[in-house]
Amino acid sequence: MDGGSPNRPVRRSRLVLVGNGMAGMRAIEELLELAPDRYEITVFGSEPHGNYNRILLSPLLSAEKTLDEIMLNPVDWYRERGITLHAGRKVERIDRARSVVVTSDGFEQPYDRLLLATGSNPFMLPLPGANLPGVLSYRDINDVDAMIKASEQYRSAVVIGGGLLGLEAAYGLQRRGMDVTVVHVLETLMERQLDPTAAVLLKSSLEARGLKFRMPAATEAIVGGDRVRAVRFKDGTEIPADLVVMAVGIRPNVELAKKSGIVCDKGVLVNDTMQTFDPKIYAVGECVQHRGACYGLVAPLFEQARVVANHLAEMGIARYQGSQVSTKLKVTGIDLFSAGDFNGGKGTDELTFKDAARGVYKKIVVRDNKIQGAVLYGNTVDGPWYFQLLRDGTDISDFRENLLFGQAHIGDSGTGGADAVTFLPDTAEICGCNGVCKGAIVKAITAKKLFTLDDVRAHTKASSSCGSCTGLVEQLLANTLGGDYSETPAKKPMCPCTIHTHEEVREAIVRHELKTIPDAIRFLEWQTPDGCHKCRPALNFYMLCAWPAEYVDDKQSRFINERAHGNIQRDGTYSVVPRIWGGVTNPKELRAIAEVAEKYQVPTVKFTGGQRLDLLGVKKEDLPQVWADLGKAGLVSGHAYGKALRTVKTCVGKEWCRFGTQDSTGLGIKLEKMTWGSWHPHKVKLAVSGCPRNCAEATIKDLGVVCVDSGYEIHVGGNGGIKIRATDFLCKVATEDEVLEYCAAYLQLYREEARYLERTAPWIERVGLSYVKERLVDDSEGRKRLADRFLEAQKYSQVDPWAERAAGRDALEFAALGTGA
Amino acid sequence: MSERDATSWVRVARIDEIPPRGARVVRLRDREIALFRTSADRIFALLDRCPHRGGPLSQGIVHGDCVTCPLHDWVIRLETGEARAPDEGRTERFEVRLEHGEVLLGLPVGESAASRPAATAGGTRSADVAGCAVAALR
Repeated sequence: MDGGSPNRPVRRSRLVLVGNGMAGMRAIEELLELAPDRYEITVFGSEPHGNYNRILLSPLLSAEKTLDEIMLNPVDWYRERGITLHAGRKVERIDRARSVVVTSDGFEQPYDRLLLATGSNPFMLPLPGANLPGVLSYRDINDVDAMIKASEQYRSAVVIGGGLLGLEAAYGLQRRGMDVTVVHVLETLMERQLDPTAAVLLKSSLEARGLKFRMPAATEAIVGGDRVRAVRFKDGTEIPADLVVMAVGIRPNVELAKKSGIVCDKGVLVNDTMQTFDPKIYAVGECVQHRGACYGLVAPLFEQARVVANHLAEMGIARYQGSQVSTKLKVTGIDLFSAGDFNGGKGTDELTFKDAARGVYKKIVVRDNKIQGAVLYGNTVDGPWYFQLLRDGTDISDFRENLLFGQAHIGDSGTGGADAVTFLPDTAEICGCNGVCKGAIVKAITAKKLFTLDDVRAHTKASSSCGSCTGLVEQLLANTLGGDYSETPAKKPMCPCTIHTHEEVREAIVRHELKTIPDAIRFLEWQTPDGCHKCRPALNFYMLCAWPAEYVDDKQSRFINERAHGNIQRDGTYSVVPRIWGGVTNPKELRAIAEVAEKYQVPTVKFTGGQRLDLLGVKKEDLPQVWADLGKAGLVSGHAYGKALRTVKTCVGKEWCRFGTQDSTGLGIKLEKMTWGSWHPHKVKLAVSGCPRNCAEATIKDLGVVCVDSGYEIHVGGNGGIKIRATDFLCKVATEDEVLEYCAAYLQLYREEARYLERTAPWIERVGLSYVKERLVDDSEGRKRLADRFLEAQKYSQVDPWAERAAGRDALEFAALGTGA
Repeated sequence: MSERDATSWVRVARIDEIPPRGARVVRLRDREIALFRTSADRIFALLDRCPHRGGPLSQGIVHGDCVTCPLHDWVIRLETGEARAPDEGRTERFEVRLEHGEVLLGLPVGESAASRPAATAGGTRSADVAGCAVAALR
């Protein structure tokens, strides 16, 4: 915003980062995005490399990746950005009184802000013989190097620790040709991530790959002379070992902080802005303890990095509020996912699915119809979906019976069945909208160091249009990164201009009576002067919905189609679709359309799926005249271009059809007369079928009426769009008037509560059909009030925009400079 | 010849003919140029083609000093014509001046002649520019 501000300080502030790892460097990268010039940056790292991707150490060990492939910031990266890197130099103490860090070789570096990202240390069991040569931890590139060297000379390896890290180490050593035994104190593997059933499946599948297990077993000593020779257990038995890897856990590395008088518990204590008790000093990553929790997975660390960068850039608006995490094992060919509290207990229900022959096991723990945790083994396609439901606290009662079968079985066929993206060839198209294939996405993730879905969207465009391939892209991201990264922000801001969610913005608009877009942007402290192409149309709709009588539509905040009242085509021309009420027309209207098509040399005239005629290829400057000509025959805008009521599709009904039970055509026209002109979060389509044969396809519409002999069935939340979804049955009513009231109330509820650009189908899936029933069916008073609000708003919106513009409104919009009179 | 002589300034609009946070199109013989007006009343001119797939930038939503192309949501910086990262590309930009509420568009004389077919280049240069001006002022 103030990119060219002339009063920048002469001396830039000095920022010192201690810890050249993923969390600290992510913070620096985020900071450079926000405020590239604010700091003179110095980085200290105890390892002699640039910053590498620590979560990819396992693939490095198993020889599935090379060191170059896992480098995130090579040494040149620092040089190019003017960052001083001291690689291999250890910071010994912090002199907080003088604001200086001192290294072990006596070098002093002053700071104005200090960022601690010292990570964690592997925990070494204090066993006799633990410091023999050949006993290693599994933490950094050094360890991996030593393990690779050992695998070239020796045969037997013992890994102590049957957790995530231990199993990955064991698998890697085995791939390097060693004979590996895993020793674990407990009866089940990965007890922090798996329940006993999944742990048994995992164990047998690892055994099939040649790993041996010794569990439960307590190690008593490590035996050897000048090098480790064996591991001895408490029962006196021994197994031979030329290499012992201890992977029993990590501890936050707080040594430096503690020594310098910074308040620590298990980790360095920070508040929600990642600030330590010394206000000049911040901390992020595995060394941190935030609200009692320490994190060891990448996703939460990156969230912390984003927050600390925001404060270092002096923007001062971000807060870290803790993370929920999910895990995935990085052993090729074993699909395993776990999240949340999967052990259940009092007050919880367990839903399980087991098919031992196919090696598939799923368990979901539910409390009060909300997911508490999940363990998936053998098929993890739905992991991200369950995780999302868990984080959002979604009520699953409406699809509980199908929950275990996955997202593909609750009406969303977008990514359904597309199992195991791993086995797709590189040329397989993942994103059909933007034509992005698997190879391109994988290449971008590795070459451009992408970590999040948003990163992939920005760089490849995959999943950035219709979003139906999002699940596939998330799987690619997980597989390519090795898996334990998954995004966690539970609260999604409306757009990058703000930290507020759609719901928060809507609530503020109503509560604080914000009546213009600039008012909202100022009050809610937007970070941009006038929003962006994402938030402005949303704000405009929210205003319109909240203040129907007084709000003056902001044309410049509408997408071009709604601004020009036609659909922009790929060549810059527009399409014109007049409203054909209930799909019923007459010779006069058809003649007017034909004449316009000839007079303006319209290249294509086509029937739409909504029983109307589309004139394609109209020049923008001809639009007002075309509308004027159509208007003479009584034709008005069909709003085919808007987030608005589109069509009401009907069949002929009992007037003609021998099966018809009611006047479906007449009811369709009444519905369209009531609802036309209304603006919505997304497009809305209605239909009325005269009998259950359903010729008007009412059960894939936002609201569909199916007439039966005894009345009218109302179905809601369907669409035939990106993700086909059949409607849910809402209720049955006896009269046309009731249909109209339910329709008005339903549309108003959708208008008032759905997020902008959310169609009725995902909205109902999000809030649950039960909720919609509660508001519309159980609460008849509430339904009437909703319907009244809809009809009140319609008083102001039922003005034909074409007639207004044919009469001269917004003339500048349609005239090019240099072409007018 | 100084650089300034190489630019011919053409009056194309009054500022109030361009809506704030909006755009208008100037139609020249061989191309269309989009004139933008930001909320802070800054005026910019770009070729009316997105560097991505040629979408008409003049039809996009103007925010800050950027416009979003209506076809695939590329965000183009009005000052430079460059696409915002990670998209890559640049659309041609033109000089503009605001004098007493009149918007003047700077057309590079040499370049505009060179972009024409060989048959009309050279001697017809000044006539071409005059043609633009007449058209632009209606």
